[in-house]
Amino acid sequence: MNDVDKKLLNQIMEEDVTKEEVYNIRKNGACIARKENPYIRITNKENGRGIDVTVKENTLFGTVHIPVLLTESGLVDVVENDFHIGANSNVIIVSGCGVHNQHGKDSIHDGIHRFYLGENAKVKYVEKHYGEGRGTGKKILNPITEIYMEKGSSMNIETVQIDGVDLAKRLTKAQLQEDTTLTITEKIKTSGKQQADTDFVVELLGEHASCHVTSRSVATENSYQEFRSNIIGETVSYAHVECDAILKDQGSVKAIPEIYAKHVDANLIHEAAIGKIAGEQLMKLMSLGLSEKEAEEKIIEGFLK
Amino acid sequence: MLELIDICFERNHKKILDHIHLTLDEKKFYVITGPNGSGKSTLAKIIMGLEQPDSGQILFQGKDITHLSVSERAQLGISYAFQQPVTFKGITVFDLLKIAVGLEMTEEDALELLKKVGITSREYLHRELNRSLSGGERKRIEIASVLSRHPMVAIFDEPEAGIDLWSFQSLTEIFKELASTSSGMTIVISHQERIMKLADQMILLENGTIKKIGDRKEMLSEILEEMEDAYE
Ligand SMILES: Nc1ncnc2c1ncn2[C@@H]1O[C@H](COP(=O)(O)OP(=O)(O)O)[C@@H](O)[C@H]1O
Ligand SMILES: [Mg+2]
Repeated sequence: MNDVDKKLLNQIMEEDVTKEEVYNIRKNGACIARKENPYIRITNKENGRGIDVTVKENTLFGTVHIPVLLTESGLVDVVENDFHIGANSNVIIVSGCGVHNQHGKDSIHDGIHRFYLGENAKVKYVEKHYGEGRGTGKKILNPITEIYMEKGSSMNIETVQIDGVDLAKRLTKAQLQEDTTLTITEKIKTSGKQQADTDFVVELLGEHASCHVTSRSVATENSYQEFRSNIIGETVSYAHVECDAILKDQGSVKAIPEIYAKHVDANLIHEAAIGKIAGEQLMKLMSLGLSEKEAEEKIIEGFLK
Repeated sequence: MLELIDICFERNHKKILDHIHLTLDEKKFYVITGPNGSGKSTLAKIIMGLEQPDSGQILFQGKDITHLSVSERAQLGISYAFQQPVTFKGITVFDLLKIAVGLEMTEEDALELLKKVGITSREYLHRELNRSLSGGERKRIEIASVLSRHPMVAIFDEPEAGIDLWSFQSLTEIFKELASTSSGMTIVISHQERIMKLADQMILLENGTIKKIGDRKEMLSEILEEMEDAYE
């Protein structure tokens, strides 16, 4: 790993990954470092396009880091990672993509992550994105996440994308069986001419499946975001989707809610609010001595925290 | 000294403030009262700069502040506790107090401050200032945000609203302390007899005009009678 790699890695991961118990670092399409432990195994897929991460049953407190680095301009990296989480396990998975593009060609990272949660498994999945480099080449990400949840399992997803990515199209699909809980929190900030799309398709298949989606985003300058969610309640189930967006400058956001209750006891709620920063929030902070600009920064900082 | 000179504020052909003249002195405790819609909050907002008067002038310590921004007035030492506290997404009680104080602030300092308004649990510090807090809790935090600034002009807009009788006692204590220790002036908009009793001067607003202004001793019983009549 060279200095650029290390810097990128530090930008996407808060901690020093190479000190972690389990990790797989992928750079420009190939694995450059890996570590496993007796409970968590990482194997290459036969097609060479990604890895299988297998967590044994009853594994408690496991943490897996799987950062991806793209430093070659013009590279199209396609990765396919599958996570098999054994019953009753409790793991944290941190993925992230750092793009450093100094040149004129586009860097594209297409990732498919599939999660298979066994009964009563618990997963926290954190996804971070970071782009840098002054080249004119675009930094493009198209992550797809598929989630299959067995009875009693729960999954918590946190996605953060703060500037730096020119075009992101994110698709998350989930199928929830009995007594499962899926919680998704996404935070997105776009600027310049960036575009970010998110799409959620969640099927609540088992009784008492529940899903909570919170999306907070800020669109500044000429950026554009689209938020689409489609929740289908097949049985006694609950879903709450909350999409909150702040607009600045010429930023624009489109939210398309779709909820489909197929059962009389499917309780599905979608809330969306898009607008500029509330004037009274600015006024309150200004009355405490902040300038208008400082007040705006505090409000956005808190909103995306 | 804070002087309002011939302030007029009209919206939708309604005279909300109609030629207001008012001179307020340092170290004095004022209670503004009057029926709902009489213009009390508007008057406070005009002092803070949250609303701009159509005409008239505001002088603070001899300086014309009519066209100063809210931030500039805050920096001069004017502070206003909103009648309806503003809610935020992601900003915590601690965040707000830190902004209000404008200096380094430890959790202990913040707790000390919250204790004054009757909030004792540390857990509150990291609660978001949203609607998961009750109206009374938000109101108390709002009051704390103003107290923390040690303002030269402290304005509290119906601080008693949403506060239960148990906490009300400690609220009056806060104002008693302010009345005796503050080097600035305190202006409380209130309908509460116990708060009125703390006043040096009382101001009765009606339909955007000052109907009466004077010493508490002269005005209190009269105002209470009027309130009772209105109630009947
Ligand atoms: N910006 C505004 N635009 C229109 N009407 C307003 C505005 N501000 C206040 N008002 C009206 O002015 C009147 C006085 O309001 P306010 O000052 O809040 O009264 P009070 O605090 O005494 O109850 C009310 O009728 C209110 O609806
Ligand atoms: Mg009012």
